[in-house]
Amino acid sequence: MTVTAGSTAALALGDDALVLSHRLGEWAGKAPVLEEEVALANIALDLLGQARVLLSMAGDEDELAYLREERDFRNLQLVEQPNGDFAHTITRQLYFSTYQRLLYAELAAGDGQFAPLAAKAVKEVAYHQDHAEQWTLRLGDGTAESHRRMREACEALWRYTAEMFHPVEGVDVNWKDLETSWLESVSAVLRRATLDVPEGPRSGAWTAGAGRQGLHTEPFGRMLAEMQHLHRSHPGASW
Amino acid sequence: MTTNDWPLWEVFVRSRRGLSHTHAGSLHAPDAELALRNARDLYTRRGEGVSIWVVPSTAITASSPDEKDPFFEPAADKPYRHPTFYDIPEGVKHL
Amino acid sequence: MATAAEHRTARAQADGTADEAARTAAYEAVFDAAVAADERIEPRDWMPDAYRSTLVRQIAQHAHSEIIGMQPEANWITRAPSLRRKAILMAKVQDEAGHGLYLYSAAETLGTSRDELLDKLHTGRQKYSSIFNYPTLTWADVGAIGWLVDGAAITNQVPLCRCSYGPYARAMVRICKEESFHQRQGYELLLALSRGTPEQHEMAQDAVNRWWWPSLMMFGPPDDESAHSAQSMAWKIKRHSNDELRQRFVDICVPQAESLGLTLPDPELKWNEERGHHDFGAIDWTEFWEVLKGNGPCNEQRIAQRRQAHEEGAWVREAAAAYAGKRAASNGEAR
Repeated sequence: MTVTAGSTAALALGDDALVLSHRLGEWAGKAPVLEEEVALANIALDLLGQARVLLSMAGDEDELAYLREERDFRNLQLVEQPNGDFAHTITRQLYFSTYQRLLYAELAAGDGQFAPLAAKAVKEVAYHQDHAEQWTLRLGDGTAESHRRMREACEALWRYTAEMFHPVEGVDVNWKDLETSWLESVSAVLRRATLDVPEGPRSGAWTAGAGRQGLHTEPFGRMLAEMQHLHRSHPGASW
Repeated sequence: MTTNDWPLWEVFVRSRRGLSHTHAGSLHAPDAELALRNARDLYTRRGEGVSIWVVPSTAITASSPDEKDPFFEPAADKPYRHPTFYDIPEGVKHL
Repeated sequence: MATAAEHRTARAQADGTADEAARTAAYEAVFDAAVAADERIEPRDWMPDAYRSTLVRQIAQHAHSEIIGMQPEANWITRAPSLRRKAILMAKVQDEAGHGLYLYSAAETLGTSRDELLDKLHTGRQKYSSIFNYPTLTWADVGAIGWLVDGAAITNQVPLCRCSYGPYARAMVRICKEESFHQRQGYELLLALSRGTPEQHEMAQDAVNRWWWPSLMMFGPPDDESAHSAQSMAWKIKRHSNDELRQRFVDICVPQAESLGLTLPDPELKWNEERGHHDFGAIDWTEFWEVLKGNGPCNEQRIAQRRQAHEEGAWVREAAAAYAGKRAASNGEAR
């Protein structure tokens, strides 16, 4: 494994993008309406592009994606959560893209190693956030059923939102400020969508920062098994 | 119209500055905001546009110029969407 | 022969008369003259009912093929063996959704809604290309679909860019441009496998063995058994016969297979100097008709997944429509 020193941050950000892209890719052929097939794939492709740049900063992109074990992945638990219904997917998008936009805007404004990538990615992510907001409004303030599904999704994923602000070594931002901005932004969208801001805990009893430390949820192992199987079946082959 | 039958929108794309919007096709969307976003995803995936209008039967809605970056730039870095991205051995024809 | 302009004048005169038969005849003459002169028919033009229904049937079948065709390839998105291949495959499957959308739009210009067409697909009243009733068993199948299935589709579709119906022809121009990426990525994928490890090479050969004959069937039954061909050719909805296009495809594929280092699974395939074309073996039309009837390996599975996605998405579409309704109502009040 060729993980260069000081690549913790590239892995954390890269794994977030890689794993969320994979989850969105699972929607292919199953979206609620054809137009959303195109939209979800666009977002997945943007994220995959980001992941490839970031992982390449840490080593070989394919070795890192396909040959690491579950405990070596540094992504947030939020992004590995299964798609669930469209409300869960949109909620996951809302929580993550709001975070990613705030974080990348900070990184783009700085002069660190991630500034060039962030400057480009923040435009993509602005679109992801917009997509998530538009759908949050429509599902939250649509029908009684969509409201109920959206409320359940917001609550179910709320417990994975604190780990986003667990400081990542090598990412030089003010995490406290980031968290405050995130809470304000997400709360405002939820309220416009006639949804209550969840009141439950924003992390599990032992999970704060867990994904960043290589502790994941059970569905993630199965996701990786599927993703890595073919590559691992042909050691050393090129594709 | 049934409750889930989204209306049809006509899409006009300006391919670059200096040219007028031209009709690109149509799509379904519940409202103008989503129609614009769907049009962006559908008709400008390969960087074919810098501005979009979507037109229901009665109204015209245009994307605002300041949305240009997040709307259109991401399409510029996906070279694998273009056939020239692929290396094909010399002499292989009709591909 | 009268010019299109002269026919239009005659039609304008017929408009003024009360004789309906004369009017229809005059309109038909304008239509025929336009088709003969290679002009495009546009949505608001008068057209014979049979022309309209033939187009709806063909465009719908084409659109359905695009969206059902997403499934066999999407089957491999989560298992793509490199990140580069994964990005390519996602972009390709996304394009297919896009192509479905372009085509449903073209069909809608003929007065048939997408909901109606989807309903016909979901209830088996309209068909899609039988090729998508075959399963993708290995990663190489993704390459074989790109090279052979998309290759056959392009051979079929390029002439459709000059189809007499304007919206269909325009949709096809857009689609053909995008399809050439699809075919090349498939070829490149197979090339990598063919030149890779022995296991990879074998995987590629196996995929070509399984996809070759079904690809040839994509051009439809032989000309003398094709129900709709003659009329469609006269209307310039179709420009070449099934057998003509099939031959063209075989001739294109043979040297491409050689460059790939793969064999096409037909012992009778050989160059015929006299004809200037390749001869090839007999196609198993029994298999073709069986798959068409619903007895292919994946017919039920494909429709079931499509229906499930549609049904599970109903609440989402309803929510968005309800939201738009509320916004429209509150805007109305504000005025």
